Amino acid sequence: MTPTPTLASLAPALPEIWLTVAACIVLLTDAFAGRSARRITPTLTLLLLALGAAAILVWGQVDQRVDLFSGMYTADPLATVLKLLSFLFTAVALLYSRHWLEARGLLKGEYYVLVLTALLGICVMVSAGSLLTLYIGVELLALSLYALVAFDRDSGIAAESAMKYFVLGAIASGCLLYGMSLVYGMTGSLLLGEIAVAVQGQGVAPSLGLMMGLVFVVVGVAFKFGAVPFHMWVPDVYHGAPSPTTLFIASAPKIASFALAYRLLAEGLAGVEPAWGQMITIVAVLSALIGNLIAIAQTNLKRMLAYSAIGNVGFILLGFVAGTERGYEAALFYTIAYVIMALGSFGVIVLAGRRGFEADELDHYKGLHSRDPLLAVLMMVMMFSTAGIPPFVGFWAKLQIFEALWASGHAPLVVFGAAVSVIGVFYYLRVVKLMYFDAPGDLPVPERHTGVRFTLAINAAAVVALGLFPQALLELCQRVLP
Amino acid sequence: MITLQHMLTLSGLLFALSVAGIFLNRKNIILILMCIELMLLSVNFSFVSFSRFLGDLDGQVFVFFVLTVAAAEAAIGLAILVVLFRERGSINVEDLDTLKG
Repeated sequence: MTPTPTLASLAPALPEIWLTVAACIVLLTDAFAGRSARRITPTLTLLLLALGAAAILVWGQVDQRVDLFSGMYTADPLATVLKLLSFLFTAVALLYSRHWLEARGLLKGEYYVLVLTALLGICVMVSAGSLLTLYIGVELLALSLYALVAFDRDSGIAAESAMKYFVLGAIASGCLLYGMSLVYGMTGSLLLGEIAVAVQGQGVAPSLGLMMGLVFVVVGVAFKFGAVPFHMWVPDVYHGAPSPTTLFIASAPKIASFALAYRLLAEGLAGVEPAWGQMITIVAVLSALIGNLIAIAQTNLKRMLAYSAIGNVGFILLGFVAGTERGYEAALFYTIAYVIMALGSFGVIVLAGRRGFEADELDHYKGLHSRDPLLAVLMMVMMFSTAGIPPFVGFWAKLQIFEALWASGHAPLVVFGAAVSVIGVFYYLRVVKLMYFDAPGDLPVPERHTGVRFTLAINAAAVVALGLFPQALLELCQRVLP
Repeated sequence: MITLQHMLTLSGLLFALSVAGIFLNRKNIILILMCIELMLLSVNFSFVSFSRFLGDLDGQVFVFFVLTVAAAEAAIGLAILVVLFRERGSINVEDLDTLKG
């Protein structure tokens, strides 16, 4: 019999409680502030996020795994770190977005509320201890994102991409759910811990029902990650959504995808690792290959980065293929590094435009160096890093994955990964070439908002610093994974 | 005697029907929304049957959550549909072809 919960025993659930309250506060403040809401809401949201992160650091930390609410909710060091990072990445994304939204008359309280509920969904997924909480988190994130993509109601392509995202996302949720129902039926429990015990020792040949469940679960996970062959939504959503939404989708939700895969596959279904490992291998290899190849043919930068995201997701999943502690650490390191780089590159896209001019075509970056040297340098750092060129953090991320694959005896995959990375270098460097060696033409000069540009510079500095001293982040990843 | 197998077969058939409906339908987005509902309901059926034969209530509790989420999902889907219709004046699936590549 579990003891009656006291208020203090709920402390590990502080992030979710805080975010729920914060979303309500922002919604009410925005409704009652009237005309001044445009000034108050963005600042208030950032303030609440900062306070929340501070509160988690002070009261919400746990030294070891704590199960709350009959095991439905799990708090462990991994969850704490992922949540703090999600808070940070969300805050940075909101900071970059503000001027963009203001200039286009989209600075509304709903945007901030939806981002907060999406973040709440991420936190629930990160802390999920059962299939039910996992599903609720997935849906909370997905429903908020559908609305965020359709946020610009006067944009035809935004509505179209939102519709595509919604339909494909709903199918993905359906598949994930069907897989969950089969896993539940075969193991007799919804709790990930009990599922792990039930599937132990089933190894390569699980029962037919469990195998079917696994297939559907892997399809759902691959869909949420945006991995080939379930990647159709990624380019359309990245391209069609308002740039700040694209920026947000590319950041914190990637952490949630990692958490979904880790909690479900590496924790709950660890016993049948050989079975899902095969499927994930196919998905990872196809993603890395197709993402990097099709990116070359793109003329739109947001679309190109979407295919780059697919390619990078392939690398994250290669970490899961290794199936070892080392592999999960590498996948976590890669996810964090990738999100930092994605924040930077989409941040440049958001800042390089102005009212009536979306800087999303590759041609818009011709001669950016002469129009705005700072943005060009920052974009160059991001492109070099994402391409995996040392000394930036992207290099260490790829190296970690390769080392994990090598140590677990997947030498052919290491060769494949290296070859695909070389293909990727081509299109990243093309952006640098456009910015530095092409004539600028008569494209508008980006507006200069000092504070935001300073944050973007820190973001780029983080990419360089983590590249020069990757040890700190590596040790963090090793410490939080059991 | 109705066994678990019968119920799972029905749920699997409904699921397959809904997926086929989504991919074969080239006309109307509302039909797609209906297929998504059918998909979630087939999953519910599977949960309930497992729950019944395992003698474990958790699966039925899950169904309540799925029903709630399905309602929210339908609301958002229809909202996006309204936005789309205002922009395009059409809810034909074949008209969703601006984004390519």
